[in-house]
Amino acid sequence: MPDVNFIVDGKKLTAPAGTLLIDACKSAGIEIPAFCYYPGLSLQAACRMCVVRIEKAPKLGTACTTTVAEGMNVTTESPEIAQARKATLQLLLGNHPLDCPVCDAGGECELQDMTFKYGAADSFYAEPKNHREEQKWSPVVYFDRPRCILCYRCVRMCGEGMDIFALGVQNRGSSSIIAPNVAPSESPDHMAALDCEQCGMCIDACPVGALTSGTYRYKTRPWEMNHVATVCTHCGDGCKTTLGVRSVNEGSEIVRGDNRDKSGMNGDFLCNKGRYAFDFANNIERLSSPLVRQSDGKLKPVSWEEALTFAGKKLRELRDAKGANSIGVIGSNRTTNEESYLLQKFARTVIGTNNIDHHRTADFVTLATALQGTTTADGKPRFASQRCVEKSPAILLIGGDPTNEAPLTAWNIRTNVRLNKARLYVANHQDIKLKRQAKAFAPVAEFGYAAFIDSLASANDFSTAVKAEEKLVVVVGNELRGGELAKLIAALPHAKFALLADYANSRGASDMGVLPDVLPGYQSLKGSTLASEYGAAGQSQVADAPGLDLLGMFDAASAGHLSALYVVGSNPIKRFGIDASALKNTFVIVQDMFLTETAVLADVVFPAANLYEKAGSVTNSYGDLQLVAKAADKAGVRSDFELIVRLADKFGHDVKTLVPFGKGLRAAGMSGDMGQTRGAQSGEADRHSVWLTANNLEPKLSPFDPFAILDEIQRVVPGYDKLLRLQLLSGNDQHIAPAASGLVQIQTGRKDLVLPAADTLFTSGSLTRFSPMLQDVQRHQASEHTDHLASAD
Amino acid sequence: MPTLVSHPDEVKVVSRRFGMGATDIDKYIELDGYKAVQKAIENGPEWIVNEMKASGLRGRGGAGFPTGMKWSFVPKVSEKPKYVLVNGDESEPGTCKDHVLFLHDPHSVIEGTMIAGLAIGSKVGFIYLRGEYRYLLKIVEKAVADAYAKGYLGKNIFGKEGVDFDIITQTGAGAYEVGEESALMESLEGKRGVPRIKPPFPAVVGLYGGPTVINNAETIANAPHILLMGGEAYAKLGSERNGGTRLFGISGHVERPGVYELPMGYSMRDAIYKVAGGIKDGKKLKAVVPGGSSCPVLKADEIDVGLDFDQMAKAGTMLGSGGIVVLDESVSIVEFALRTIRFYQHESCGWCIPCREGTDWIKKTLTRFHAGGGNKKDIDNIQYLAENMMGRTFCPLGDAAAMPTLGFVKKFRSEFEEYLEGKRVEHPLIQITPIGEPALAGAH
Repeated sequence: MPDVNFIVDGKKLTAPAGTLLIDACKSAGIEIPAFCYYPGLSLQAACRMCVVRIEKAPKLGTACTTTVAEGMNVTTESPEIAQARKATLQLLLGNHPLDCPVCDAGGECELQDMTFKYGAADSFYAEPKNHREEQKWSPVVYFDRPRCILCYRCVRMCGEGMDIFALGVQNRGSSSIIAPNVAPSESPDHMAALDCEQCGMCIDACPVGALTSGTYRYKTRPWEMNHVATVCTHCGDGCKTTLGVRSVNEGSEIVRGDNRDKSGMNGDFLCNKGRYAFDFANNIERLSSPLVRQSDGKLKPVSWEEALTFAGKKLRELRDAKGANSIGVIGSNRTTNEESYLLQKFARTVIGTNNIDHHRTADFVTLATALQGTTTADGKPRFASQRCVEKSPAILLIGGDPTNEAPLTAWNIRTNVRLNKARLYVANHQDIKLKRQAKAFAPVAEFGYAAFIDSLASANDFSTAVKAEEKLVVVVGNELRGGELAKLIAALPHAKFALLADYANSRGASDMGVLPDVLPGYQSLKGSTLASEYGAAGQSQVADAPGLDLLGMFDAASAGHLSALYVVGSNPIKRFGIDASALKNTFVIVQDMFLTETAVLADVVFPAANLYEKAGSVTNSYGDLQLVAKAADKAGVRSDFELIVRLADKFGHDVKTLVPFGKGLRAAGMSGDMGQTRGAQSGEADRHSVWLTANNLEPKLSPFDPFAILDEIQRVVPGYDKLLRLQLLSGNDQHIAPAASGLVQIQTGRKDLVLPAADTLFTSGSLTRFSPMLQDVQRHQASEHTDHLASAD
Repeated sequence: MPTLVSHPDEVKVVSRRFGMGATDIDKYIELDGYKAVQKAIENGPEWIVNEMKASGLRGRGGAGFPTGMKWSFVPKVSEKPKYVLVNGDESEPGTCKDHVLFLHDPHSVIEGTMIAGLAIGSKVGFIYLRGEYRYLLKIVEKAVADAYAKGYLGKNIFGKEGVDFDIITQTGAGAYEVGEESALMESLEGKRGVPRIKPPFPAVVGLYGGPTVINNAETIANAPHILLMGGEAYAKLGSERNGGTRLFGISGHVERPGVYELPMGYSMRDAIYKVAGGIKDGKKLKAVVPGGSSCPVLKADEIDVGLDFDQMAKAGTMLGSGGIVVLDESVSIVEFALRTIRFYQHESCGWCIPCREGTDWIKKTLTRFHAGGGNKKDIDNIQYLAENMMGRTFCPLGDAAAMPTLGFVKKFRSEFEEYLEGKRVEHPLIQITPIGEPALAGAH
């Protein structure tokens, strides 16, 4: 669109023709108030707050529906306009309960802000207000009807944004109310209810306190919280969630999650888990003291010193007595990149084994190998970012169900189709919800994805359309792995690819080399520079033979060949359905938040911090790297990073070779302190320290400083070398395309090593049962007897 | 069914077949029916639009937009189907003209719809009737069926190869708001009856996203007559820039209420005193609501004005939908104002804040005022509310509620003030429960 010139409040402005006046003004720093206008949703012109004076127009016009035109002369503030807005506010406040002192939205309310600005402080009405009872629509969504100003943001967010259409308007005129999709007559408790994805997007969109969160209602005031933007732990999409944190006796507690600041690549979006499922952190069953198994066979709380010394010494004894390859290490898909990197470095250089693996939820090894050295038609790497899904003109979704497993991916696909008319092609063995947005759908037999890939080679409507796409992004579910995945990648030689994985850092665990057959960045065990560097750092040369994979470790344990197993943030016993007796002769150390099925078998259990209680970085399924900020704090727990370092210390290892800290990297002769100079972890840094860190000017004085390891990751992991530290520290995401060196030699993997989490919108692996909210929502959804969601046709 | 009235001053064009059994298709044909549409097929779209433009016909729904011009706005080429939409959602209080039209001459609406279709290149027309007019639907549906049976509707109409036209009938669900053209389209599409954002205007993006001509039923029914008599001849019947004649529904305190067809520009005084026989029971005239309840009231001494769009606008009111409501001296303006706002409050669709909340607060305040709990500040408040609704709402319903309210309060302020002092005209049209002393004045 060509640019047009126009004048707003005497300022000469330029914007592309077709731009809405309200947006053009916003870009120029002129704010026009509005309740109903919401970027990306359909226009309403219902609140009449954005009225402006447009020269030559007979009456005030709405800036939200007017597009800029050449020569247009607009006034956005004048006594006439202020009066119009004031009158509108007076009308709203006439029926508003004015319960701001107790309202959740108090301090964050657009109606308050507008009233403050336009001063609608006088009332003309003697009649009682229209009062209506508040309603609980679900465990997480409450509706306070009297506060509703009927801006229809929630209705549109639910319908247009989420493609659910669970909210609508009932009645007419001043009796109009927002109503959910389950009528009282259809609900088991005879109360109106919501049968939906329980994403809570309606709450974020609400400009006032009409829609409130079931987990946050009446808990605190916004100004009593610190707001920390960090990355959600639950799925692999990498949404930012802004956590509201409040001080409590045991540290600081998360009381709210939202994304009202639209801080991350998820923009407006946040799903049920990202918004509410932080409550596992406050679960009463949370471990807060190290446990060591006593001679009576029972786990008993002991001091940190005792537990660490016992674990470190025992591990050393077993390594020295039974050999490094009798020890296995299992990492996590929820720990930070720094922790994952550190853990594999611990396995390879402290213990001296390649027996390291994690619960893989997608086949990133094949992805990295198959894409290595290839480019798109315009010479770009073929790793797709989450941003590609948001913007690419064409998307092919093979397998998977992003609506349930990767909700942001689903949101981005829907939004891209809705706003940019992107073409979506879906191949799936189920009628997934995203089929509604699809331009073409290819039904696939269950377990028939290999046949589908073959069909891409033949000339049919679907494959012809897909192959004609010049800028195609292919999003692949976990149905495809190994050879089939490689074949697919070869069949679409110019497309970009991404794999759907589960949990916050599955991709990171892979990229960081928490794998038995490759080093960080998918580098070869044999002959790579990193291998020799590790050799120098460790007790001996890193073995160039691959170690045991996760299932191999349990097989070895059953056969009596595994002397020790170190499990960090993982529950393989439950996830892989492993018989508990497999570990009866193995010394087991577990770091976790809860006594999981795996932790109960351990000899030593360390209470670990979760992703919301530490700093570092994570990489989402697409390879978008983001910073994780420490939001909450729990007395008695330690980050996995700190625990690995302390265990290495008690193991008798020179910690400085594990974490480069002190003035100058690995400065010989410097006595590194154990964190006294800097504090135990890097939390929210102030601007000055951000700048120092970004420019690598600040010496890492603590062995617990994840940035010391981030420095090393940047130095040694291909792909991660390109990241810009200042971008990262500013909270921006950066896309990582692992540039494997070509030396990769991959062990023929067991297919069952990739085990999809099969999470739904309301489950998150082992965390599910520790989140009361998820439990409540599951019960609620089960009780709404019929499917009220709009049918797919 | 209302009885037909007539008066020698009438000029019968659109009402010429009333009372002649023209609901029967053969009778309609005998009375020159379906001639105009055949003439239209022969002469083509350009000729039709030119005749319509020459006729000076302006929209009879109330806004008075020139019909020929409206038809010419529809793009000639369109990817989406084009539609003709007949607005038979006659809901403005005091208006009852389309009702008699459907009752006595449904084929003229059908024929007019076909002509509009030929003019814009549409093959489908919809006749949308007010929900409360469901009993008229039988008449219209029979007429449509008869037209199909004769081969006047459907494929190759009148035996002309490639000339197709279909008509679909639909009724509303009882909402004044869907009389607004874009809300009507929403309703017809099966959605909530709330108006659409304009632009785009219906001529470009209308029903189901296709270019649409939407006209009032009376406007459409005029088209066959115009084509038969010629646009210029029709124009001459009326006043300057206001071509032709119009159906006026005169109601209230007159001797002979009813629907009369008078030339545009006809004197309002004569319409009341001559045509409708003057004020009932020899009482004195107090006020006239000239064009449906949304038009600002005229006082007894303001009725020397010609009944056309321009003269009425000059007089500070509107010709509106042609529903003239005559009020005699027995009427309490306070009560009448309440009755009026009660209608608009009830009918406000609730889409935008000023209309939804404004009509509600005016109604609440007036209800209390009427019940005896008012004070002087209420009069100012009512005026303030109406002034702040005016021109600020999404669609004209807000204006329709604000305009008469402002008229009553401004022109009859003394009556409001006297009402507070107990001087009330007792005329209990409305049963209202007194609400007693106002609770917590200024509660917020």
